Amino acid sequence: MTTALTTSPDAPGVGRADGEYAVRLSHVHKTFGRPGSSAPVLEDINLTVAPGEFTTLLGASGCGKSTLLNLVAGLDQPTSGTIEVPGGRPALMFQDHALFPWLTAGKNIELALRLAGVGKAERETEAERLLELVRLGGSYKKRVHELSGGMRQRVALARSLAQGSNVLLMDEPFAALDAITRDVLHDEITRIWAERKLTVLFVTHNVREAVRLAQRVVLLSSRPGRIAREWRIDLPQPRRIESAGVADLSVEITEELRGEIRRHVQH
Amino acid sequence: MSSTDTAARVQDQPVDSASVEAGLDALETVHAQRTPASVILRQKVLPPVLGIVLVLALWQLAYSLELTTPDKLPSPADVWHSLTDLWYAGTLFSIIWTSVWRGLSGFALAVVIGTPIGLLVSQVKPVRAAVGPVLSGLQALPSVAWVPAGVIWLGINNSAMYAVILLGAVPSIANGLIAGVDQVPPLFLRAGKTLGATGLRGARHILLPAALPGYLAGLKQGWAFSWRSLMAAELIAASPDLGVGLGRYLENQREFSDMSGVLLGIILILFVGVAIDLLVFSPIERRVLRSRGLLVTSR
Repeated sequence: MTTALTTSPDAPGVGRADGEYAVRLSHVHKTFGRPGSSAPVLEDINLTVAPGEFTTLLGASGCGKSTLLNLVAGLDQPTSGTIEVPGGRPALMFQDHALFPWLTAGKNIELALRLAGVGKAERETEAERLLELVRLGGSYKKRVHELSGGMRQRVALARSLAQGSNVLLMDEPFAALDAITRDVLHDEITRIWAERKLTVLFVTHNVREAVRLAQRVVLLSSRPGRIAREWRIDLPQPRRIESAGVADLSVEITEELRGEIRRHVQH
Repeated sequence: MSSTDTAARVQDQPVDSASVEAGLDALETVHAQRTPASVILRQKVLPPVLGIVLVLALWQLAYSLELTTPDKLPSPADVWHSLTDLWYAGTLFSIIWTSVWRGLSGFALAVVIGTPIGLLVSQVKPVRAAVGPVLSGLQALPSVAWVPAGVIWLGINNSAMYAVILLGAVPSIANGLIAGVDQVPPLFLRAGKTLGATGLRGARHILLPAALPGYLAGLKQGWAFSWRSLMAAELIAASPDLGVGLGRYLENQREFSDMSGVLLGIILILFVGVAIDLLVFSPIERRVLRSRGLLVTSR
């Protein structure tokens, strides 16, 4: 499938495949408040994400993984270091669907299209197409409160895609869902990632989820957040979260994560 | 390794998740049901009607027991006759319309003035620090206190009436909008920002629609304040230029010591205030809240 979006030439996502990286963080530090007044949240983060790569950022609470995602999204500025996203403003999905309750599902997507500069004539068909993509064709006129949690996250995904960016940042987007719904959404995001050749940076604290989804798992240590270790995962997609391959690697990574957490025991 | 052990090890193979998903969607979709008309009639309409009937019955009882003289407490029928008298004299609608027109046009002006003030105060921190407490203070001040000042500044005319309405309603409308903006979940603003809605586009597509419920509550209260201020102003200020509105009618009947006319005036003022709220503001508010799934049916 080719990109269905027709956006202006300067729209995000243009020229993505030519670059060597879709996201690059160099020596990123982040401290809240005055520098030196409190411990850094992120310390010397160096991370390069290749175009079309699916990366999960894994870490215990307090490791600054959401902060990191906010920095990449441009919602916050690093204290020092550089963040490059050559494709322009990336799309961001939250744990909460963050759909606007005063708009229908379809109109939520249309608003994103409109803000991305898509012409009025194409918006409705494009919104319908994106709803079809997340298998919610026919839900155009549904209000947010009429949709289940899983459906809301799928509309939110469609809305993120409507931005036209090929870089998708996801901040624990499935954490609030029940296991079976989450499982289905894992299949959806892997399918859409492959179909649309997206670059995904996915934050989670769920090791199995990280292994189920990613080509690369990046483990962050806590306080300060530093990159502790990385794993490349060559298991073929689509994987099953309960499969032996996913389970084995999850055991290994969980052990490492435990080790990172134990370092914080006060002696 | 035993055979049962290997069987337990699940391999990565595609599962038909699309059908699972469709099943979940079907299971979890809520079909909103509208309350049937008979239930609305029984639960929403009947109780207030019974309440009114009870008040009328007690009133009639007090009259029949002759607790006081008829010139202090006329019967419901006497008040009804005052109403039909007005009807036959052809002045009933002109009295009501004089006040309603004044009230609504004053209210509309208050919306035009109060909305930008509310936006400015909610968005600009120094303005908020300076003007916010003044607005809250004005809201606490009964606007009837402005009538003497309005009359001295502007004379006994329509301008004074409008000034009093504005001083009553503008703070409510502005404060409603400020409260609405303050209650917008920060997540919506963040989501809007990632979608590229910043500055004026953010205000138009995210902030204002998100603040609408609070704004509507402010408008509703603004109308109540407009109507009260206007009635107080009409009671106090008399001039041929002003014509006869409901407040003036009430004061005229007092001068004639016509108690059933006075009661009729009170009932009409109450009736108009409630009717505009029920016919104009409540339906809009319910519609907005219902479409956002914020209206919980109490059953």
